[in-house]
Amino acid sequence: MILTILPVLIPFLTGVATLLAWNRRPVQRALSLLGAAGLLGAGLALLASVWRKGVQTLQVGSWPAPFGITFTADLFSAIMVVLPGLIALSVAVYSLGSMDPYRERFGYHPLLHIMLMGVCGAFLTGDIFNLYVWFEVMLIASFVLLTLGGERAQLEGGVKYVALNLMASALFLAGVGILYGVTGALNMTDIAQRLRGVEQPGLVIAIAFLFLVAFGIKAALFPLFFWLPASYHTPPVAVSALFAGLLTKVGVYALIRVFTMLFVQNPGYTHTLILVIAGLTMLIGVFGAVAQDDFRRILAFHSVSQVGYMIMGLGLFTPMALAGAIFFIIHHSIVKADLFLVSGLVLRLRGTHHLKKLGGLYQTCPALASLFLIPALSLAGLPPLSGFFAKLALVQAGLEAGQFAIVAVALGVSLLTLFSMMKIWNEVFWKPSLEESGPTPAGQAVWALWLPLGLLAALTTFLGLAAEPLFALSMRAAEQLIMR
Amino acid sequence: METVLAFVIGGLYAAGLYMLMRRSLVKLVIGLALLGQASNLLIFTLGRLLRGHPPLIPPDATGMMGLYADPVPQALILTAIVIGFGVHAFTIILVKRAYQMVGSDDLDDFRMTE
Repeated sequence: MILTILPVLIPFLTGVATLLAWNRRPVQRALSLLGAAGLLGAGLALLASVWRKGVQTLQVGSWPAPFGITFTADLFSAIMVVLPGLIALSVAVYSLGSMDPYRERFGYHPLLHIMLMGVCGAFLTGDIFNLYVWFEVMLIASFVLLTLGGERAQLEGGVKYVALNLMASALFLAGVGILYGVTGALNMTDIAQRLRGVEQPGLVIAIAFLFLVAFGIKAALFPLFFWLPASYHTPPVAVSALFAGLLTKVGVYALIRVFTMLFVQNPGYTHTLILVIAGLTMLIGVFGAVAQDDFRRILAFHSVSQVGYMIMGLGLFTPMALAGAIFFIIHHSIVKADLFLVSGLVLRLRGTHHLKKLGGLYQTCPALASLFLIPALSLAGLPPLSGFFAKLALVQAGLEAGQFAIVAVALGVSLLTLFSMMKIWNEVFWKPSLEESGPTPAGQAVWALWLPLGLLAALTTFLGLAAEPLFALSMRAAEQLIMR
Repeated sequence: METVLAFVIGGLYAAGLYMLMRRSLVKLVIGLALLGQASNLLIFTLGRLLRGHPPLIPPDATGMMGLYADPVPQALILTAIVIGFGVHAFTIILVKRAYQMVGSDDLDDFRMTE
């Protein structure tokens, strides 16, 4: 039982502890690492427990189900809860070598953990209004993390990020209000049951679209994604990696949750629309990426494009497709965080993210080149890396459902992704160096920069090699989602 | 009463969206605040308006009898107001810093990250 709430409690306590250790940098760093490792441990323990014993629930304050707030961990939630621990641990280690003392002194560590608390809370709660609260916890922490440091680009990106996300929150709140007015319930299981008896299908669809727009902004779907490429490349790389690995996934999680649990009355209409949006998101994202010349901005646009694949799984709405989407979320969290961390190391070695000014890194730093190539090829979906199997499952599900157009888009976008990754490869690593190498990395804790890169690259390879058990896990999670 | 509130809510949404579409940063903040208030009022109205029926159990009864006002929407709104307060306070400070940094409150000048 306690396991269900532990992924929320651990980041909370770590956040408090790091706040108490204000101005004591080594203590904060140690606590931060410990908290992230603990979160990963708790996530894995919860996953193991849910796998063995089935769905776990916790009635907060012992109030019985429809009245109190319920925490529910089904397999999908449990899988998602492992990701914050994993990404946080990588980022916390990476921060040891990259975060500047100024940002650390102004609360980087507490904010990191409060954000993780919001993310885990959103994954675990079974109450729609509580989901709103966790979203806000996550958002306010991410606002500060994004703008911490106060550079001009950060503030500009921050204004756009804040404005669009607050608008999404207002829509989400309106959706919750109407949903409560129609069903008189806040517990998601309860709402799902009561929605079956509602006699105004039009009203339910209208609520569904409020949620689609609200979560669509947070997940960066077409045409609501503009805040993402405007802001994700502005903060320090560790923060970018954290955001890219986790935040859009929370929006995707919420979309999958409400559109498999609550709004399944008319999938021929709602889910087909989601499928169209998925295709457009993939296409527009990848076209945006192809047009960019900045390492991190390319990656940010790919984040948008890849969200399309996850939503494609939701739009197809078969167990196989949802399993593919879940597999894809796991794969993409790891790979995208990894790629952002690689871009950080490139920045450290050469002092720029601009492709035109980079070059020759393959010669001077072959290890980094191979550590880039693994996640890059995984992102594009080359076997035997995890991206291949994630896309394979989605494509297969698309073919089974007879949705050939979306399959064609998915495959075409893969090709463009490969093209865009090869562009980075050619410009940053392969072409001869244009100038003398810029500032070499400062001596402090360089191992801390390499370790997470190696770990995440190994993980995407491992997930590719162990695709079968992971897919079985995703499949069971997907079946749970469809059954309920 | 519902009809009046429906117009108030619609007006707030319209004003909020109009403000969001202006280029000025200050109007952006006002627009976001109006949207938040509109959502709060929407929850309030949809929770059914009822006068003179407090959700109290009489001393000689074991449960709620007859009509009573639903306290849940008010609890939700209270939470949303508190969250909105914090978030808007942050937004105002952010906008102030951004204005000092960029030297303009015209969103068209925020093109460095595009």
